[in-house]
Amino acid sequence: MKEEIIIAGFGGQGVLSMGKILAYSAIMQDMEVTWMPSYGPEMRGGTANVCVILSDKKIGSPIVTKYDTVIALNQQSLDKFEKAVKPGGLLLYDPNGITRSPERTDIEIHKIDAIEVAAKLGSSKVYNMAVLGGFLKLRPIVSMENVEKGLAKSIPARYGSLIPLNKAAIEEGMNAVE
Amino acid sequence: MAEKILMKGNEAIAISAIRNGVDGYFGYPITPQSEVMETLMKEKPWETTGMVVLQAESETSSINMVYGGASCGKKVMTSSSSPGVSLMCEGISYMAGAELPCVVVDVMRGGPGLGTIQPSQSDYNQIVKGGGHGDYHNIVIAPASAQDMYDFIDWGFELAFKYRNPVVVLADGIIGQMMEKVELHPMKPRRTAEEILEAAPWATTGKPATRERNIITSLSLDADIQEKFNRKLKNKYDIIEETEVKFSEYLAGDAEYLFVAFGCSSRICEAVVDELRGEGIKAGLLRPITLYPFPTKEIARLGKQVKSMMSVELNLGQMVEDVRLAVAGSCPVHFYGRQGGNIFTPEEIVGEFKKANGLA
Repeated sequence: MKEEIIIAGFGGQGVLSMGKILAYSAIMQDMEVTWMPSYGPEMRGGTANVCVILSDKKIGSPIVTKYDTVIALNQQSLDKFEKAVKPGGLLLYDPNGITRSPERTDIEIHKIDAIEVAAKLGSSKVYNMAVLGGFLKLRPIVSMENVEKGLAKSIPARYGSLIPLNKAAIEEGMNAVE
Repeated sequence: MAEKILMKGNEAIAISAIRNGVDGYFGYPITPQSEVMETLMKEKPWETTGMVVLQAESETSSINMVYGGASCGKKVMTSSSSPGVSLMCEGISYMAGAELPCVVVDVMRGGPGLGTIQPSQSDYNQIVKGGGHGDYHNIVIAPASAQDMYDFIDWGFELAFKYRNPVVVLADGIIGQMMEKVELHPMKPRRTAEEILEAAPWATTGKPATRERNIITSLSLDADIQEKFNRKLKNKYDIIEETEVKFSEYLAGDAEYLFVAFGCSSRICEAVVDELRGEGIKAGLLRPITLYPFPTKEIARLGKQVKSMMSVELNLGQMVEDVRLAVAGSCPVHFYGRQGGNIFTPEEIVGEFKKANGLA
């Protein structure tokens, strides 16, 4: 099993930490992982993306150009990465602010209104966890038990009280994905 | 079971320094390796192991603080990125001349000048061939994963003290910024005063009545004495070249075409080899793990086995010169590189490989 994923959106949406929690959850399941951010002179409001590879075996190249899954959280990311989904792969996107919907017919396309999930839970900070929940519903690569362990490892101890809220967002995201 | 942690290569450097009993880290922040000092500051090792962590006022100061600590037989290190390492080269040359052990981590970015902050391997020549002035060699080791970043600190200090020589961990922005699973080994305590005397009897630790003064210097005004010292260094380098070469191979055994790549490029070339093997082309990979000493003998041997080689580097072609020297004309040696912080993709390398070998 090898899943090559790119998560792309605006800086501040929690793209990098979503990738980190996914990667940590996979480590808890004894998988190999790489987490490779686009780094540069980035800033809040600019674009941010992270490539996460999860595999049963040792991972060679951390740089890939085609992905099993593209998670696009704004129009720019959708425009840039829709064509990078492998045929038969998955495109998950947030429809908020999208004026041009995905057009490919050879891939599996799903959407998740993660803003609504976050609003329902009363915290914009769990937006990324709602998206993660949506992804895990479609691709249950890591068990919820290991996701919880991954969350505990990724969230600093002083914010440990936020784990239940994050977990709730993941579960709500699983329900919200269409 | 050892604890497995998801961390960046840069974080692995910092955690490894603490866990391997390093006495002091002196540095100055620069992208893409700032997480090294950030992690050290967050971990506060001065409260646990007693390790000193100090942000100097410049790279020149940091390397000279390393010189001072090393003179006392301490395990001391610094880290920086390309422009910062240029500033350190004078100090590194002085340490080579004074035969002082230290570990310098260089997380390369694109140059020349201030260049970019994106990954590059454009300082191969600088670090492998010297960097500072004078007839000297750094021992250069090139990590290709976050686990390597963790492991190479301990290995680096082992080599540095074994040979009383600076060791450079030559990494790049990808290896520094990427997060991977890192397995932590048991903690090693810092050396006690007695252990320092044993590991570094040459160190300036205070003169007892029982021995002569220990002198640490790189200055010698007498030509004959300096030449004798240069020859002594040469003997040391000969032993290093004979005994410390390290490399890894991927499907090189029956290869008809060989890629040579270090650091992050070697990871990318693994995918290239897989792709070509899938098409029935017998490709293989040699990854030099030590860049100095260079795996010359193994590359020479493979030069007689393969139809051609391709050196793949994030620069304009630096290591390729050492590959060509090693094969000494026994097969064609091609080169493919990207610069400026751009990174090649496996598909791109496959295309260039086919073009170079008339297989397109």
